Amino acid sequence: MTENAYLIPLLPLFAFVMIVFFMRWNEKLSSGFSIAMILISWVMALVVLIETLGRYGEPYEAFYYITAFNNINFEIGLLVDALTAIMLMVVTTVGACVEIYSLGYMKDDPRFSRFFAYLSLFLFSMLGLVLANNFFMIFIFWELVGLTSYLLIGFWFEKKVAADAGKKAFITTRIGDLGFIVGLLIVAFYAGTFNFGGVFDKVASGVIPAGIITVAGIFLFCGAIGKSAQFPLHVWLPDAMEGPTPVSALIHAATMVAAGVYLVARIMNIFVGSAEASMVVAVIGLITSFIAATIGLVQNDIKRVLAYSTVSQLGYMIMALGLYGYDTAHGHHSAGYVAGTLHLMTHAFFKGLLFLAAGSVIHAVHTNDIQEMGGLGPKMKITSVTFMIASLSIAGIFPLSGFWSKDEIIATTLQHPVFFVFTLLIAFMTAFYMWRLCFLTFFGKPRDQHRFDHAHESPRVMTWPLAFLGFLSIFAGWVAIPWLPHGYSSFVYHGEMHHAAPNILLMLISTIVAGSGIVLAYFIYYKEKISADRLAEKFRPLYTLLYNKYYFDEIYQFLIIDPLMKFADFMWTFDARIIDGAVNGTAWLTILWSNVKLWFDTWIVDGAVNGSGWLVRQGARILRFLQSGSMQFYVLFILIIIVVTGLIKFEFIRIDIQWPVITVVFVLGVTLLGILSRLAAGKEGTAQRLEQEE
Amino acid sequence: MVEAGVGIIFWILTFVIIVSALLVVTLKNIFHSALFLILCLFAVAGIFILLHAEFLAAAQVLIYVGAVSILIIFAIMLTSNMASKKIIQTNQNALVAFFACLMFLVVTLVLINKTGVWNYSTRNLPAENILTIGKLLMTDFMLPFEVVSVLMLAAMIGAIVLAREDKA
Amino acid sequence: MLYYLGLAAVLFSIGLFGVITRRNVIGILMSLELMFNAANINFVTFNKFILNDGLTGQLFAIFIVVVAAAEATVGLAIVLLLYRNWRGINTDNVSIMKW
Repeated sequence: MTENAYLIPLLPLFAFVMIVFFMRWNEKLSSGFSIAMILISWVMALVVLIETLGRYGEPYEAFYYITAFNNINFEIGLLVDALTAIMLMVVTTVGACVEIYSLGYMKDDPRFSRFFAYLSLFLFSMLGLVLANNFFMIFIFWELVGLTSYLLIGFWFEKKVAADAGKKAFITTRIGDLGFIVGLLIVAFYAGTFNFGGVFDKVASGVIPAGIITVAGIFLFCGAIGKSAQFPLHVWLPDAMEGPTPVSALIHAATMVAAGVYLVARIMNIFVGSAEASMVVAVIGLITSFIAATIGLVQNDIKRVLAYSTVSQLGYMIMALGLYGYDTAHGHHSAGYVAGTLHLMTHAFFKGLLFLAAGSVIHAVHTNDIQEMGGLGPKMKITSVTFMIASLSIAGIFPLSGFWSKDEIIATTLQHPVFFVFTLLIAFMTAFYMWRLCFLTFFGKPRDQHRFDHAHESPRVMTWPLAFLGFLSIFAGWVAIPWLPHGYSSFVYHGEMHHAAPNILLMLISTIVAGSGIVLAYFIYYKEKISADRLAEKFRPLYTLLYNKYYFDEIYQFLIIDPLMKFADFMWTFDARIIDGAVNGTAWLTILWSNVKLWFDTWIVDGAVNGSGWLVRQGARILRFLQSGSMQFYVLFILIIIVVTGLIKFEFIRIDIQWPVITVVFVLGVTLLGILSRLAAGKEGTAQRLEQEE
Repeated sequence: MVEAGVGIIFWILTFVIIVSALLVVTLKNIFHSALFLILCLFAVAGIFILLHAEFLAAAQVLIYVGAVSILIIFAIMLTSNMASKKIIQTNQNALVAFFACLMFLVVTLVLINKTGVWNYSTRNLPAENILTIGKLLMTDFMLPFEVVSVLMLAAMIGAIVLAREDKA
Repeated sequence: MLYYLGLAAVLFSIGLFGVITRRNVIGILMSLELMFNAANINFVTFNKFILNDGLTGQLFAIFIVVVAAAEATVGLAIVLLLYRNWRGINTDNVSIMKW
């Protein structure tokens, strides 16, 4: 199966092509077909995972070369190792759930089929990215992911906000991609290959100078900053909420943002080669995580809170991976790689669930504002229960899957006190804002009676994926229980296998921190012992700052977009005054000079031109008889030339004059002949035509 | 060149070919010229036999006499009114063309005569004419053979498309 | 051998004359066939007297026959089309590609 793993991405691509070209007109067929394809992919991913487990994570690589332009070889290949196998599983699982869920969510959309086509293309790009074995391929799929996310975020392009959000996502990630391609070229230049293994060998053998590795690592990380919405390019992700909710789930859980984290994990060898680059990665991750968590505390849009929680969790993973690189570069053991990739997996499940459940809520009440919800729990049992499972999981409560991965990340930070403190703080905030969301949405009294009355549980196609993901949110993390003899860390690892001893004290601390966050949320938003408004009043400046997301959008507007606009304005003025002035002055002078030339032109130049024209016309009147339109005449002409040439060539006739003269005489002769024969044949017709001509 | 017994046959055939070919190009009744074309092609088949090309002679009879000529006669029938005797069948180029062709012929014949030395081969043609052709067609001439078959298909389809009555 | 070549030359010239002078498209096609045959006679002659280790010349002649058949098919289809569109198949009438 593993050697046929290339089929996993190709099936969704096949679905895309079939829908676009053949099935677009039949909504049932196209959605059914794309779901069938992703389900087959899912089964194949499962088999690949089992086979990879059987090989104890031994990498499998297969590739061949495509030769193009001057013998440059492009490598196309598959790389299946433990990380790839896990990611394939995650992407296909979440993808399948999202597609099934979309059956219900997008039911009455006019572009239903197209939505499924885009989803299939999105999954194809992401699966291809996961399977790529070289930088060049990963870049191609990377850009494909960017393109499809643009299409999907702007899916409801009639809404200007959605179209703008699509553009914002595309352009913002493009800034990161610029860094990515620079890093990629640096790597390719110094290593002479795009292949991961080849590059890593060069890095490990010390052929590439350390400084170059650092620079290349940071540039490559730029790509991950853009795609995984890290500070300072995180601004696009919350806006991307304008897309349909299943898309948000897919982007946040399995595809787009996971691509960045996956990239960092995939090229971990480069970061291991440079402690500085790793530190940059870790710090960026921490800053992102902290900023996003604080913003998440005060947002009122259910999807935006989830978006900021995604940004925050991604920061977590990036930080864990960065710390791993840093520690390993210094020769210490670290669980960061295991923790980061594990959290990537568990997060995919519970964040996908959160979004799908939130979509279910939005579907029911037709608003995103949690201040208008409340008390929905009894009305939407499956949605609320699964949402709470996911919230417990993301908060890191024992023994849900989020707990295990989060605990590993916190364990990674133990050697770095600053990171440790902030990580715990973020864990606390995460628990708080997730449960603020839960309490405001599902508990208490309904704040908007009309919307409450309208609410209902979603159809089964939407709740079943929720239940399935809920199951995974509980159990997926159990593969990493530290007491297991052959757990996750003995399967997915980087470099040497390292089994961290379970740290029960740390587990206790993290659970207490998360629990206290939940309890605080309980007192504020359920019991209302502490008034949220009073708190907001008390910390007014802080609240405003957070509510406005640290003014990132405004800062970018002020620092980048406005200056650009002003510069463009200035250039326009410059254009209008100076360049146009110069142009107009020149024009005036030209007119003057032209008048002088006009006279000369009319009498002398035109005279010559008309005279030669007249000559040519007269010549043509004669010569045109040659162009009789009769094939036979042409054949005759050719025959005569052949005969005459033959006569001269084989010296039947000896002629001592020059060839050009012969040619001229000959052509004139034949022309005369032609004229005579035409005139003799069709006097009437020719005369008639000549008359018409006059 | 011509062997003794064969000589007389050769001259008869040549006479038939030249006369019938002249008639083909000069007769006013196009239908009659088609009939003389058939005669001419038959005689050419005879020439082929003289040259030990039995298969080619058979193909000549089958394809030309059997198929192409019939096709031509069909076309003449379909466009029947053109066969009337009143219409001049040669165009105004006739006189010039006659001299030009005569000159061409003279040049060619003189050239053939002037070439003094020919590298005559001493060997004989392979005895099993048809067998050898079949083998060659399936080995050395495989590709041209296939290309020609595709060409035939294309010609067939093209002819159908061209000649079909437009219903609309 | 020279007689065969001479015969071919005569036949070719006659065909050429026909191609140039015939007013009728079918006549032109028939003259073309004559020219093909002249070429075939040449091929076979050379095959017999000069290059006779194989049957290349005869094979070429066969291909020419086949191609001529194809040409005749298409040509006659065009004749039919012409006849339908112009109610006549004289080349004089079909000289619209002039001037």
